[in-house]
Amino acid sequence: MEKVKQKDLILYSGLIILGLAAPYLFSAFKVQLTYLCVLIVLAMTWNLQGGEMGYNSFGNILFYGLGMYLTASVQVGMFFPLAEWTESGGEKTFVHTTAQYFQGIGVGLLVSAIIPAIVAGAIGYAILGLRGHYFAICTLGLGIAAGEIAGGIEIIGAGQGFTTPPFPAEIVDVEARGKFFYFLSFFVLVLAFVFVKYIYGSRFRLILNAIRDNEDKAEAMGIQTMKYKIVGWMVSAFFCGLAGGIMGGLIGYIDSTDVAFDGREMGVFMVLMAILGGKGTLWGPIIGATLFHFFKEGLWTFILGWQYVALGVLIVVIVIYFPEGLMGWLREKYPERFGEVIDEKDRKSQVELK
Amino acid sequence: MDFLIFQAPMLMVQASLDGILLGILFALIAYGMALQWGVMNIINIAQGDLVILGGYIAYTMYLAGIHPAWGVIVSPILMYFVGWGLYKLVINKVVDRDLFISILATFGIAIVFQQLMNFIFGADVVVAQSEYGTTMLFDNSVTLPNSKIFSAFVSLAYAVALVVYMKKSRLGRAIRATAQNARAAKILGVDTEKVYAATFGINAALCGIAGALISITLTLHPYVGLPYTVRSFMIVIVAGLGNLPAVAISGMGLGLFEEFADYILGTEFRIGAVFMLLVFILVYRRFKLSKKREYLK
Repeated sequence: MEKVKQKDLILYSGLIILGLAAPYLFSAFKVQLTYLCVLIVLAMTWNLQGGEMGYNSFGNILFYGLGMYLTASVQVGMFFPLAEWTESGGEKTFVHTTAQYFQGIGVGLLVSAIIPAIVAGAIGYAILGLRGHYFAICTLGLGIAAGEIAGGIEIIGAGQGFTTPPFPAEIVDVEARGKFFYFLSFFVLVLAFVFVKYIYGSRFRLILNAIRDNEDKAEAMGIQTMKYKIVGWMVSAFFCGLAGGIMGGLIGYIDSTDVAFDGREMGVFMVLMAILGGKGTLWGPIIGATLFHFFKEGLWTFILGWQYVALGVLIVVIVIYFPEGLMGWLREKYPERFGEVIDEKDRKSQVELK
Repeated sequence: MDFLIFQAPMLMVQASLDGILLGILFALIAYGMALQWGVMNIINIAQGDLVILGGYIAYTMYLAGIHPAWGVIVSPILMYFVGWGLYKLVINKVVDRDLFISILATFGIAIVFQQLMNFIFGADVVVAQSEYGTTMLFDNSVTLPNSKIFSAFVSLAYAVALVVYMKKSRLGRAIRATAQNARAAKILGVDTEKVYAATFGINAALCGIAGALISITLTLHPYVGLPYTVRSFMIVIVAGLGNLPAVAISGMGLGLFEEFADYILGTEFRIGAVFMLLVFILVYRRFKLSKKREYLK
């Protein structure tokens, strides 16, 4: 037992060192690395309720977009009138000082984590009473409705979009912006990983799995399923909001349907990444997100214009042929590695039967 | 928010007539969705994109100099084969599996369709001119495009024809038998594989008709498919599977809701209102059922 722990320790410290050194090692890819961190966070937290709880949500994009708008609004609204900022549409009538920028983004991220979690808690009771595909369609509707409604609200820029505050010009170092966002996203990634890892070792995960496998039975065993479902969704919303806030600052421009509530990209990506890696495993979504990101970045530029066709075909192929994902496939191939004990006699007798 | 509509009775008549005529069209799409959902137990997210593709077929005819109204005959025939091909390629692999898999797989198909239509037909909003003129009612205070009246009648005609076909024909009987119990139907000699392919083809053909009608009454754009999917999904969950009068009535109700939302909330919130209505309907049904300790199945 002690040996395994030591192996884990080496793995984790290795990964953290790699993560901290990455922006210096691959300094041209800082934006891509930030994307990767955000994608992993999204996939991992989607997996909490999609994979563990069995509630396949298409609507986590709602919290992502909400976080994005909240961070930017707080960052602007703390120091300047928000309506005038959005009306000028990116014209630099107001300029954040360095201190204002960092204070703003700090408070903004805090708000963008807490409010989506509260929203998830508030609508959770109504929405999580739906099961299976009704939940999936309902959350799909929620995500798109949010995008359409945000595109009609004047104070956050409506259809014109919302320019987030530019990185303070007083910082001369050109690398600073990339590094700042990378370390911010890496910190959130570590936070999310530690939290998810903690959940994986707790009773909470077992309850979520019970809900996934048979909700009626779980209820009959005396588990207040609704309470746990809501908490599970709130955890997802918390991290989705944070991820959205970071992405808003990184992209620098928020459009209601193409950046914030982007159900056609981010909303599908998080589901796809989790399924690609393997739903209901700790490492699956991480591996899935990494693979997907490499695939996307590597292929997108070669097939410019056709990327959505490739994405659609990829979804169909993954869903039909690899619904268990990479981890599921490995698990079938090497069950011993996953701690599953196989009765050799039983296995042989089954082979003979065939 | 704008409540002017309630002070002007003529505006209300206008919105109601528009809504009802539009609703009949939605009901036609929803009937296709109910058909495949009932028979094959899949939810097709690409439904709306099939509609738009059907519309582009009529639009292409219009560009070639043929009157787009002929699209209501040509488009379903072509779309039947598109649906059949789609079934053979992808759908047959998701029929007996988890509904979530069919949702995600058809979502992938929807993305592919959108993008291909974007390549072929361009990203502009287009409309095929039918040049049917307009009908003026009540002293010229209510205007109805004749194309909308035409589309409502064509939808009704096709719906009635389909009901008769499903009742009388051999294939219709096989489809109904498969919907009731696929395994028993198979034992009794129904080729369910063929039935499924035909069902999906008929669904696509219905989408093709609706699309051709939309090309002359509304507008076409490669990325507006999803709202049609959601509308038809909504109509089906309100009306239930295989209840045609209810499908027609809830379709009209949805059309009315949309026209009034359009006036009251403003056009920019129209699609948002449709999606919010979906959420409200689902949540309402969920609370109603939870009183009996049941849930939507």
